[in-house]
Amino acid sequence: MSDHAADMTSDHAVDIDKHVRIYISVFVALMILTVITVAISYLDLSVPVAVTVALVVATIKGSLVACYFMHLISEKKLIYWVLAVTVAFFIALMALPVITHSNGYWIA
Amino acid sequence: MSDSTGVAPPKTHVAHEVHHEELGFWRKYVFSTDHKVIGIQYAVTGMLFLLFGFSLMMLMRWQLAYPGAALPLAGQLFGEARMPGGTMLPEFYNELGAMHGTIMVFLGVVPLAVGGFGNFVLPLQIGAPDMAFPKINMVSYWCLFLGGITMLGSFFVPGGAAQSGWTSYTPLASIAGTGQTWWLIGMIFLITSSLLGALNFITTTIQIRAKGLTFMRFPFFVWAQFVTAFLLLLAFPPLEAAGVMQLMDRVAGTAFFNPGGLIVSGQPLESAGGGNALLWQHLFWFLAHPEVYVLILPGMGIVAEIIANNTRKPLWGYRSMVYSLVFLGFMSFIVWAHHMFMTGMGTAMAAFFQTTTMIISIPSVVILTALIISLWGGSIRFNTPMLFAVAFLPMFGIGGLTGLPLAFNIADIPLHDTYYVIAHFHYVVAPGTIFALFAGIYYWFPKATGRKMNETLGKIHFAGSFAFMNVVFMPMFIIGMAGVSRRLFDAGSAYDFAQPTMHWNVVSSWGAWMLGIFQIPFIVNFFWSIWKGETAEDNPWHATTIEWAAPSPPPHGNFVVAPQAYRGPYEYSVPGAARDFTAQHEA
Amino acid sequence: MDIPYTVEVRRDTGLTNGKIGIWLFLASEVMLFGALFASYILIRVGAPSWPRGDTLLDVPMATLNTIVLIASSVTMVMAWASLMRRRFGAFRMYMGGTILLGLVFLVVKYFEYSHHIHLGELPRTNNFLAVYYTLTGLHGLHVFGGMMVNAYFWGPGSKLWKTNPVWFTNRVEHSGLFWHFVDLVWIFLFPTLYLL
Repeated sequence: MSDHAADMTSDHAVDIDKHVRIYISVFVALMILTVITVAISYLDLSVPVAVTVALVVATIKGSLVACYFMHLISEKKLIYWVLAVTVAFFIALMALPVITHSNGYWIA
Repeated sequence: MSDSTGVAPPKTHVAHEVHHEELGFWRKYVFSTDHKVIGIQYAVTGMLFLLFGFSLMMLMRWQLAYPGAALPLAGQLFGEARMPGGTMLPEFYNELGAMHGTIMVFLGVVPLAVGGFGNFVLPLQIGAPDMAFPKINMVSYWCLFLGGITMLGSFFVPGGAAQSGWTSYTPLASIAGTGQTWWLIGMIFLITSSLLGALNFITTTIQIRAKGLTFMRFPFFVWAQFVTAFLLLLAFPPLEAAGVMQLMDRVAGTAFFNPGGLIVSGQPLESAGGGNALLWQHLFWFLAHPEVYVLILPGMGIVAEIIANNTRKPLWGYRSMVYSLVFLGFMSFIVWAHHMFMTGMGTAMAAFFQTTTMIISIPSVVILTALIISLWGGSIRFNTPMLFAVAFLPMFGIGGLTGLPLAFNIADIPLHDTYYVIAHFHYVVAPGTIFALFAGIYYWFPKATGRKMNETLGKIHFAGSFAFMNVVFMPMFIIGMAGVSRRLFDAGSAYDFAQPTMHWNVVSSWGAWMLGIFQIPFIVNFFWSIWKGETAEDNPWHATTIEWAAPSPPPHGNFVVAPQAYRGPYEYSVPGAARDFTAQHEA
Repeated sequence: MDIPYTVEVRRDTGLTNGKIGIWLFLASEVMLFGALFASYILIRVGAPSWPRGDTLLDVPMATLNTIVLIASSVTMVMAWASLMRRRFGAFRMYMGGTILLGLVFLVVKYFEYSHHIHLGELPRTNNFLAVYYTLTGLHGLHVFGGMMVNAYFWGPGSKLWKTNPVWFTNRVEHSGLFWHFVDLVWIFLFPTLYLL
């Protein structure tokens, strides 16, 4: 099993260099987005707009972490399937507050 | 860039009888990482808790048959705080009820069905040397063990164990005694155990299956455990979150589930309020509905194996059964509020959940029908596992069909929280799942121990259990339809409308005690056979699935030579074959 | 006895056992934090009034914590990348940095909590605080747990690098996935609790 260490050849290392550059870029992007998030909170936006903007920005940041730090962008199909199933049930879970407040209609 | 490693040829796994280092007693039998040892640990723990949970109920049944009467002899054992003069206090009744449910579901059935059978059989059936994560497997058992100790310990705290139903509805549970806090902590251990187990099962099934064993060649039991694992993995965390929030309410004085303005024993309860009691119900049932499928699916898996084996023919409709199983798994996440029809939800929500609940009955019916049709034209062998497996079919049928009126929110109005509901779910779990589990024990006992259980004692166990399960639960439909609520400490005797059906409680109680007596042949058989049972060959049932290729009992690493799958799992009575079965792993 | 695909990938899935295992675990964590978020939404929407996060909470401190955690994610992935480049020394530096940044996060949290407690702002005071303490508390426990695992791989666990470097690299990667997830949760928690 230790002979697999030999698999980590120099072309892997070049590959990694490219990735490291991506990690740094993502870090910068995340910093900028963090500043944006906080800055926007100083504008007196109405609650629905503020929530939407905050969630959109958070989703972008989260996607960057997931895609590049967690390597999701180049993951295998099986992992995508597991996450798709999870997302489906996560949506079912998020429907909970909707249901509780919906007074018999789909969306309050 | 996905993984750090390159691809390498898979290695042949060879069972090692002798290790590089000999494991001491503790590492070999107590803190073992071998799935078979862990499976047996789970199974024995589960069976002990099933017996304990059943005993709690046998005690409750005295109160239900003879409300207010002193229990002779045994009644003295429980002390003045619980049974003064041998008469049960309402608080004690509630304690017994809440813990009966909790223990049967989380410490009895799931550990046995999933932890026990899943751990022991699954790797063997897929031709694997062990689970993907043996150490995590061991940790998952000890989490269960700690959860069990916590739940048992809760009986001894001031105020006794949890008393707010296995459902722990808020705000009642929020103001209950210390036992409820222990219940919540116990649940956190149990949930952790299930989560770790689930990810192990899923990873193992996908990755460690034998060469040639494609998904559509899996024994149905493997599919059942696989879907069950997904349910456990994704449905339990919301209850864990809810448990944390209820703990915060109880210990830190938060008001997640407390709307405020509550008066408890005449005193206003100090709280900031603003919480929502329904939130607990939503989060609880978000788990607890998939949980009931966790209770039934392994049972269906076991029954499928035994039916194929004892009819000497393939299962009818394997593909439909598999698709139904997967569909059932999905649907189980979007039916939960049918447990909440009476909480004031609007008609659109009720219509939605009613519809999804009716839809979910379809895959259940498909699976049941396929199993029944599988009997047609078979050369049926009525050994003890088969008796239990076949009895499962009408029992689960009754349980499932009686669920349909509950699925309609209108019909649910008179039936909600009555004995009808109790009868419905007990039919599914008791003569349903538990029969399947008994079937599995008789069936796989030879593989685990190298000995067969005694058939005569098995048949006596079966006959008594089958008869008395029905004696216990059938009358409850009648009582429930008369309108008698569940969880009434006096069985409804205070109500006029309950009077015509009160006598059925006596019938149920005697049924329960007789049912208890008929478990004795099983207990005796189980222990006697471990040491004195007739020795079994590797494949005493002449079955096709891969677990029977291993020695009985299998050594560490399971297979002397790594098996390979060459065909489907149920090649029985293949025309032209030398024997009436062709094993899956036979070249 | 060898469990296959612990180190090498299985051909048809392209994955090792550990990679699947950690993603499955993260899936369950999505449901855990999802339930808490859903509960927060339910309670907030149902409340007659709800304070804006920045009126009760310390936004600058939390912004610092956000930067700290994001930075720790970078050091985490760099720790793994160092192992891929077979630079064990760099791994120790980056992993150490990750652990330190995690510690900074928890220390800042400690100061935040102390400040609130000092002002009598407890979980029982109102539901906003109940949600705040519970969500950040559970998240904090995850940070602590992740730190413990990372510390193990930085310290005693790093022996594995000598005997099975590929396995060690994989395990660090999996630990990293957990750490990034914890960062991801904070990325949503921060605006939700502090800015809205």
